[in-house]
Amino acid sequence: MGFLLGRRGRDGFDLSDYLSFGFLGLGVFLMLGPVLWLALSSLKTEAALQEYPPQLLPLAPRHVLVAGHDAPLPLYLITAGEYAGRELAQVRRIGLNAQMVDPANPAERLNVRITDREPLREVAVATENYTGLFTRFNFLLYFWNSTFITITATILTVLCNSMAAFALAKYRFRGRTSVFILIIATLMIPPTITLVPLFLVVSQLGLINSHWGVIWPAIATPTGVFLLRQYMLTIPDDLLDAARMDHASEWRVYWKIVLPLSAPALAVLVIFSVMWRWNDFLWPLIVLNRSETFTLQLALNSFQGELQTSWSSLLAMTMLTLLPITVVFAFLQKYITQGIAQSGVK
Amino acid sequence: MLKTAATTLYEGAFNLLEAPMRALQRLIGVKRLAWVFLLPNLIVFGLFTFLPIGLNVVYATTGGDRILLADRPAVGVENFAVLLDCASYLDPNSCRRDLFWRAVHNTALFVVLQVGLMVLLSLVAALVLNRKIPGRGFFRSVFFYPVLLSPVVVALVWKWILQREGLLNASLEWGGWPGVNWLLDPSWAFFWVVFISIWAHMGFYVLILLAGLQAIPADVYEAAEMDGTPRWRQLLRITLPLLTPTLLVVLVLSLIRAVQAFDEIYVLTGGGPGTSTTFLIQFIYDMGFASRPRQLGLAAAASLMMAGVLFVLTMAQLAASRGRGEEG
Repeated sequence: MGFLLGRRGRDGFDLSDYLSFGFLGLGVFLMLGPVLWLALSSLKTEAALQEYPPQLLPLAPRHVLVAGHDAPLPLYLITAGEYAGRELAQVRRIGLNAQMVDPANPAERLNVRITDREPLREVAVATENYTGLFTRFNFLLYFWNSTFITITATILTVLCNSMAAFALAKYRFRGRTSVFILIIATLMIPPTITLVPLFLVVSQLGLINSHWGVIWPAIATPTGVFLLRQYMLTIPDDLLDAARMDHASEWRVYWKIVLPLSAPALAVLVIFSVMWRWNDFLWPLIVLNRSETFTLQLALNSFQGELQTSWSSLLAMTMLTLLPITVVFAFLQKYITQGIAQSGVK
Repeated sequence: MLKTAATTLYEGAFNLLEAPMRALQRLIGVKRLAWVFLLPNLIVFGLFTFLPIGLNVVYATTGGDRILLADRPAVGVENFAVLLDCASYLDPNSCRRDLFWRAVHNTALFVVLQVGLMVLLSLVAALVLNRKIPGRGFFRSVFFYPVLLSPVVVALVWKWILQREGLLNASLEWGGWPGVNWLLDPSWAFFWVVFISIWAHMGFYVLILLAGLQAIPADVYEAAEMDGTPRWRQLLRITLPLLTPTLLVVLVLSLIRAVQAFDEIYVLTGGGPGTSTTFLIQFIYDMGFASRPRQLGLAAAASLMMAGVLFVLTMAQLAASRGRGEEG
């Protein structure tokens, strides 16, 4: 257990350092490896995906154009027999033998046993996995559905929560504490508990199979109200009073002073909201039943459940689904991790 | 370009509401305007959170497969009685609703294994990542990255590795071991469900523990160093005791989440093979939405019972975070 003990760096490497790096190395392998494997696999052709054991890199047989043949012929390396060491193109296979030809000397036909040769491969990126998503699948539609829900819900979340937070942080009125406690108490009621009755409410509002059925229930987050209220409490009241002296309306105070000053907390909420909505699964699964309303997550799920799953398209679609979040993380990771560490929510 | 568009939008939204809000302010006064600011949030909360909480009780005490409350006959506590009708709670086969009790058993086992292992691993990772090592920022990001992935993506990433002709089996066979149909074997499927959910959520708890570790003042360690206290003693006597409040928060948070495990598992195994990875939320989902006829009463009753468990856990969380002090 020595590797847990060291806290500050010391001179030289000792056992605890080796154990630490061993642990971290294993961690990196386990945490990133699977996603990298998915990324590599998504570039393989359907044929290469069928191969077992799988190749690490996306490889495809090398072909060469030989004079006298219309189609490119597959290239093989001859490993044994008379022609060992030469690279020959295969014209046709006859039983256990293959009729081959040297690309440099296409007139001469050579007979090689098929056990004496192995295919030559080259790295070939199957971009058709990705382009196929746009032509053969409704990828753009699902992407748009997800984007629409994410952006609309995030804007409404920020508006709705910041207005409530402003009222709770900057006004003294009867019932303020009770309202705050009421809102915070809903933190204790996870949405998974109210699935059945929420479905009734949403269906009575006619929002089944509508994106608004996903958006509305999601926007009044207790987390957001709490986060923003705590932040707005730190904005000095004098600032607001000075604006009021200049006859600013309360709306102006909120929109032109409090909102801009709360930008750091708003940014955290925006990041959270984007993550929540983009990755949402259970509630959209219940509300959205028609495939044209599916979000990316639902489309992926229904697609992988089909019997004749084409892994090449599925892998490419998975990559495109995780890409936006990965890019956001790459640029904003400092804010994301700080926001989470400070608020203790995810 | 984008910036000016955003500014225009921001100004436009302001101007749009400035006049009516000013008029409203003159009409009702500043104090009552607070309620106007609260209103959108309260309406949404009322409609989509408070109302459903109340309705849940109505559903749980009515029967039938209809959604509209007027069509549902009152049955009192029958739904609860049906779910709790068991000769022995330890043996799901003796229960009237054996699937419910299988889900309860699976969830309980899952919660114990997943939370136990995850808290332990997160603690180790946080302690290692808290050391002054080169590339620390990179390692922290790597451990956190899976947290951001959607449950569907997580499930597919692993399904691709675990399938019969997947990377894992290829590696095993290359090393001379036989391959396994990981997701078709009940015990292995359960193992992978636990493993993957740790993989997907661990980074979040590592982050919270790191924040807790960094809150421990450095001079405590300096004093211990001066007294010649060995490292392992520093860990046991300083780090762990001072980290206990954070550890408690992590424990309770992960418990609450584990009880509600659903998404990745549903996509990965669909609750199978058989019922070996069917958990409570999936039971509720299946009863209420996936099965025909819908058994909304049973689903609501099950979710109310789960709410009871979660309520106790949340109370524990509040007590724990009060102990943590700074965040209250």
